[in-house]
Amino acid sequence: MSSAPHWIQPHPQGIYVAPADCWVDPSAAVERALVTHGHADHARGGHGETLATRETLAIMDLRYNTQAGAVPVAYGETLRLAGSVDATYLPAGHVLGSAQILLEHAGERVIVTGDYKRRPDPTCVPFEVARCDIFITEATFGLPVFTHPPIADEIAKLLAALAASPKACVLVGAYALGKAQRVIAELRAAGHHDPIYLHGAMERMCRLYEELGVPLGDLRLVADHAKEEMRGAIVVCPPSALNDRWSRRLPEPITAMASGWMRVRQRARQRNVELPLVISDHADWNELTQTVQEVDPRETWITHGREEALLRWHELHQRKARALALVGYEDEDD
Amino acid sequence: MEQFAALIDALIYTRSRKGKLALIEQYLRETPDPDRGWALAALTDGLDFPAVKSSTIRNLLKDRVDPVLWSLSRDFVGDTAETASFLWPEPLRRDDAPPPTVSEAVANLAAMTRASVMADLPPLLDRLDAKGRYALFKLATGGMRVGISARLAKIAFAQAFDVEVDRVEEYWHALTPPYAELFAWAAEGADPPDTENMPLFRPFMLAHPLEDTQVDLADYVAEWKWDGIRVQLVHVAGETRLYSRSGDDISATFPELITALDIPAVLDGELLVRGSHQGGEAGGAASFNALQQRLGRKTVSKKMLAEAPAFVRLYDALAIGGDDLRVLPWSQRRAQLEALIPELPESHFDLSQIVAAQDFAQLAQIRESARDDAIEGLMLKRRDSPYVAGRKTGLWYKWKRDPLLIDCVLMYAQRGSGKRSSFYSDYTFGCWTGDPDSDGELLPVGKAYSGFTDEELKKLDRHVRQNTLNRFGPVRETDKSLVFEVAFDSVHASKRHKSGLAMRFPRIHRIRWDKPAHEADRIETLRALVRD
Ligand SMILES: [Zn+2]
Ligand SMILES: [Zn+2]
Repeated sequence: MSSAPHWIQPHPQGIYVAPADCWVDPSAAVERALVTHGHADHARGGHGETLATRETLAIMDLRYNTQAGAVPVAYGETLRLAGSVDATYLPAGHVLGSAQILLEHAGERVIVTGDYKRRPDPTCVPFEVARCDIFITEATFGLPVFTHPPIADEIAKLLAALAASPKACVLVGAYALGKAQRVIAELRAAGHHDPIYLHGAMERMCRLYEELGVPLGDLRLVADHAKEEMRGAIVVCPPSALNDRWSRRLPEPITAMASGWMRVRQRARQRNVELPLVISDHADWNELTQTVQEVDPRETWITHGREEALLRWHELHQRKARALALVGYEDEDD
Repeated sequence: MEQFAALIDALIYTRSRKGKLALIEQYLRETPDPDRGWALAALTDGLDFPAVKSSTIRNLLKDRVDPVLWSLSRDFVGDTAETASFLWPEPLRRDDAPPPTVSEAVANLAAMTRASVMADLPPLLDRLDAKGRYALFKLATGGMRVGISARLAKIAFAQAFDVEVDRVEEYWHALTPPYAELFAWAAEGADPPDTENMPLFRPFMLAHPLEDTQVDLADYVAEWKWDGIRVQLVHVAGETRLYSRSGDDISATFPELITALDIPAVLDGELLVRGSHQGGEAGGAASFNALQQRLGRKTVSKKMLAEAPAFVRLYDALAIGGDDLRVLPWSQRRAQLEALIPELPESHFDLSQIVAAQDFAQLAQIRESARDDAIEGLMLKRRDSPYVAGRKTGLWYKWKRDPLLIDCVLMYAQRGSGKRSSFYSDYTFGCWTGDPDSDGELLPVGKAYSGFTDEELKKLDRHVRQNTLNRFGPVRETDKSLVFEVAFDSVHASKRHKSGLAMRFPRIHRIRWDKPAHEADRIETLRALVRD
């Protein structure tokens, strides 16, 4: 006998909230979608109505160029949906605008986390712990080998590499939404106020962050500057551009990548990364398990990532858990 | 240990040879003795701690981590030592126990036995962070997998202290880790290690391919190039050693040769196995396959000694009776070698004969008509040349016989199909773009999946698995330490290949377990064989 509530139904294409006839982070276009955050595997375009934070809507607008059906929700605000379902958006600490969605119906509380992390991040509001019956969590870094080091250590490594090779530049591969801005903001917080050069694909998102109130300092486009000007500078690009011809325009680039995967040596080597920076916007193993303990749900459902290990942890701690076979979620280049 | 751990990590992430050299040089200059000596030994696979195996690490973790979480983690990370370094429970207190130095770690590891290791290793691990634990596991189990050959480490040493790499190579074999005398000499200007009475390896003199050059036989002498393995036999102060091309001591593999030489001398020759397969002139030799049976064995049975006795066909003498002959011209060394031959047992030594020819054209004819399997081609040696280490232009040439043969380095391996699907049986090999000791790099020149026996395939598969640097789906990148002699019908210019060359019907002619990778051929050698 399952203790799962009948009104919340995991399907391969997303989580369906039956009484309200709406979906959370659906992978296909639907009539009404509740979206946790702007990453492409969670936020698809083309929905009839999209309920998300103002920031997530702005990010989706930038990507899909649609404002139709946008319904902004503030953190902590509760929306009454059809069929007596209440939806409350709580900060997830993952990227700007990211939210966990708390759904309440018939006295039961369900939280869909989307992606989340527990570390401080100058570009977004920190994760908020809330109790619930069903906790629907991600598990991107759900293996005990993943323990993210303090970001200050990684930023110090980056600045040390820069100082050690004044004639070179350090090219940092970072996910264009969230990671890039977080790395830049952390560099600023560490006292690095030199111009930072951007790959063209980064520009609009960084500008949007600034418009939404996240200052990023002096940013310039690589395309507008001569090779010589970028010596001794930090350049940020999407991970896909790291080993691309594009980087030939840079002065002796040292290849860095900011990602939780950089913890594993082989992963860094596969991408020809010379300076791995273990910086992640997801919860690490200890944070995933600690969060489950704090939230203390009756049952944990796991959306995507390394679910087997997290399931095993639940078993070892006499907690109920199941893996949802959701499609369309990917390991972000993160 | 922290600096050593940082060096290991930096080497893993540094791709360029120049970058790797710079890292090792800096470490060797900045690290005190004896830590740097132990580190150098670790980088050159010069350490062995029999008590610590990969299975030891697994067993240690089994008591501390849930087995399911361990195996999921191990599968994801792909490396036992690395997984264990992450999963080792962080101790609560660390302030009172600073990380061990490399020397301390080495002393501890050396003192461990199979019985004590499970109790002795944990306290050491508790004093290290994840990076330190990784370095300690790698140090303990050997096989750093950081893409450094012993040769490269020696070059780094030479560059760090501005000494000649050939001298480093020569003293190296006289010393044991942590190489205190070597550092005293190179870094502090002390007298070089006393090698007078040591059975030392001397770096070999090597040949360039002849290609389009023609030489005047008034200046050059021709010898057959025999199809065995090049060896150096050293006898000094009552001790005899046999060295392979890469300077490995292979005395135990050929005990009959060790007892056969009792005159102080350093001799250069080709090791062959007696047999009737090839006529030769005095005393035939068996095929290379027969010799292969005897290679790589740590002990030899009586049966094997009787069935496949080894002998050395001598090319040169580097020293006789305590006199270093290397500065003398070839002709004088040859005369001394010929004078020595009657004193050596016929059963184990003969002289590589000079091939007489009127002129170069006649020599070419002789080479063409030579069909003896034991002959790989001709060697051309300058009559007035001293014996110099390495490959100096214009002194020695090798003139290989058809089919076209080239020495390549194994770079990538892929699983085969069908019966071979569990074996890494498809090999991509490369040649050097330039001098491997300066900035030459390996560039792939071809692929082969034939030319070896099932027995050899098993050995190759094991080599690939044990020397993997990287995995890309079904493909493994190896540490580029193994040389293949590749036979092929012809080679053509090709725009589709990065090397600009395409080989026709390449197959593995022979696996050169004995040959160091930096002695493989250059791309220009292959390019010179294009006949479009
Ligand atoms: Zn995300
Ligand atoms: Zn995600």
